Amino acid sequence: MTVPLSYYLMLSGVVFLTGVVGVLIRRNIIIILLSVELMLNATNINFVAFSEYFHHVAGQVFVFFALTVAAAEVAVGLAIILALHRTKSTINVDEFQLLRW
Amino acid sequence: MTSFGSDLLAILPELIVVTAACLVLVLDPVTPASKKELLAWISLGALALCIGLTGGQIGMLNMRVFAFNDLVVVDAYARFWKLLLYVVTGLTILMSLPYLKVERLQLGEYYGFTLLALSGMLVMVSGADLLTIYLGTELMSLSLYVMAGLKRSPRSLEASAKYFVLGAFSSGLLLYGISLLYGATGGTKLASIAGAIGTRGFEDPLLLIATILLTVGFGFKLAVVPFHMWTPDVYQGAPTSVTAFMAVASKAASFAAFLRVFVEGLGGLKADWSPLFLALCLVTLILGNVVAIVQTNIKRMLAYSSIAHAGYALIGLVAAGRGMGESGATSGLASVMLYLVVYAFMTLGAFAVIGMFRKGGIEGEEIEDFSGLAKRQPLAALLMLVFMVSLAGIPPTAGFIGKFYVFMAAVEAGLSWLAVAALIFAAVSAYYYMRVVMVMYMREPEATVVDIPQLVPSPALSIVLACAIAGVIIFGLFPNPLVSLALQSVLSLK
Repeated sequence: MTVPLSYYLMLSGVVFLTGVVGVLIRRNIIIILLSVELMLNATNINFVAFSEYFHHVAGQVFVFFALTVAAAEVAVGLAIILALHRTKSTINVDEFQLLRW
Repeated sequence: MTSFGSDLLAILPELIVVTAACLVLVLDPVTPASKKELLAWISLGALALCIGLTGGQIGMLNMRVFAFNDLVVVDAYARFWKLLLYVVTGLTILMSLPYLKVERLQLGEYYGFTLLALSGMLVMVSGADLLTIYLGTELMSLSLYVMAGLKRSPRSLEASAKYFVLGAFSSGLLLYGISLLYGATGGTKLASIAGAIGTRGFEDPLLLIATILLTVGFGFKLAVVPFHMWTPDVYQGAPTSVTAFMAVASKAASFAAFLRVFVEGLGGLKADWSPLFLALCLVTLILGNVVAIVQTNIKRMLAYSSIAHAGYALIGLVAAGRGMGESGATSGLASVMLYLVVYAFMTLGAFAVIGMFRKGGIEGEEIEDFSGLAKRQPLAALLMLVFMVSLAGIPPTAGFIGKFYVFMAAVEAGLSWLAVAALIFAAVSAYYYMRVVMVMYMREPEATVVDIPQLVPSPALSIVLACAIAGVIIFGLFPNPLVSLALQSVLSLK
């Protein structure tokens, strides 16, 4: 018995929306970064599910690239957050007041 | 099926740029701080090589090379954008030489990141598959996030963090859109997507959501209202040379990829996406131009002006979507290409002046700082005058030519009212551009000012300003070669 495609899509939709809402309402920049990761992983669920459905590997190949990009994004993002924390000692986006948000 | 060797040959310019970037990053730790300019010259040498390679093929309009199993295509359209991107990057690096020196920011990795961002943009403009377009976008964005924060001042880092958060969010949306598009059409190649869509409109909800997410994802990169919130902050906080690079090169590359995805891949849906872009274009024109009026910081003002310019360029795409026959679509798309070339020269020129306009040790970036510049430095004031006049779109400058072809495309597509509305907003924009001119020519600096702001001259800056002014004047007086090149290059986009 196989899991129907729509279940995967619902799962990925829920994960994706969790990520979007997280980015929009959370104020800690690390949590925002984690929420972006949720969005990217929801995408990976989609790709793998569609890839299985169509019986070709293009989608799974895409996932490899997406994972690599996500890793690079986290590396750059944490470096920026670290540098910011050193100068401002805060990672709350509401306290970034020099430039109007 | 082509061989691996010929695949590599097709992406030779990208390989050169990446090799130069690696070389710069490796040489950086062993280069003494006083000799960092050497790294800039290596970068410029690589760019000159690329200009030669791509420029040599610019006449071969029908040559269309697919490489790496159709992931990458090198056609006349890609070559047009690549040439623009090399020139813009070269001018940015030249502009950075004196700028980094006065900011005491002589970091070798600056040039490495510039070249890596450029290689991402090159991949974007010649991507024939959503995979390559996505990877190119990310390579460009990740490099730019770092570059925005290179100054290490609180303001610069804050700009970098904001750019990163909103950029990562937008690429998440873009990637989700790509995955849904893959689900709806069964492929990520633009050609296979176009084949699967055929002429079935939006009855498939997946296709509708995918198109909207792609629009939002690209909208962030293009800084189109309502996805523009990051632009003023990032443009103001980033080092000025980086701001110029972001405002010009990343916008051009994003437009190139955006047009290719929506024309080559989603061309079958054009009846559905053109009203969507029409709405985006209108709000962008209104908000960009109106909010620019109240700005007092010139970098912020130019940020809103760049938002407004994205709105003008979008008119061309809307016209292309509405265009009935082949010719309508061609002139619409060609007008977008033309607009971005013209925009590149005038914006680079303006940012070059602002970057080297110093008040004591810091940048004089308030519009008030320009008071009485015409008396102190008439040549600098004259250059700024020409760039402002061109940004406002007044003949005989290139800015007028850009707007003229975009408006003509709108009229041809039966959107005369849009052309008239855009013209009214161009008149509004003249107000805030002319305010800079008025401050320079009509006002005296306050007597209490100790450090009188002035343009710090240098040979590299003179070259950049000469190129920018030459672009603005030559394309303004003799636009025909550029127009015909754009018209012919766009034919390969099908």
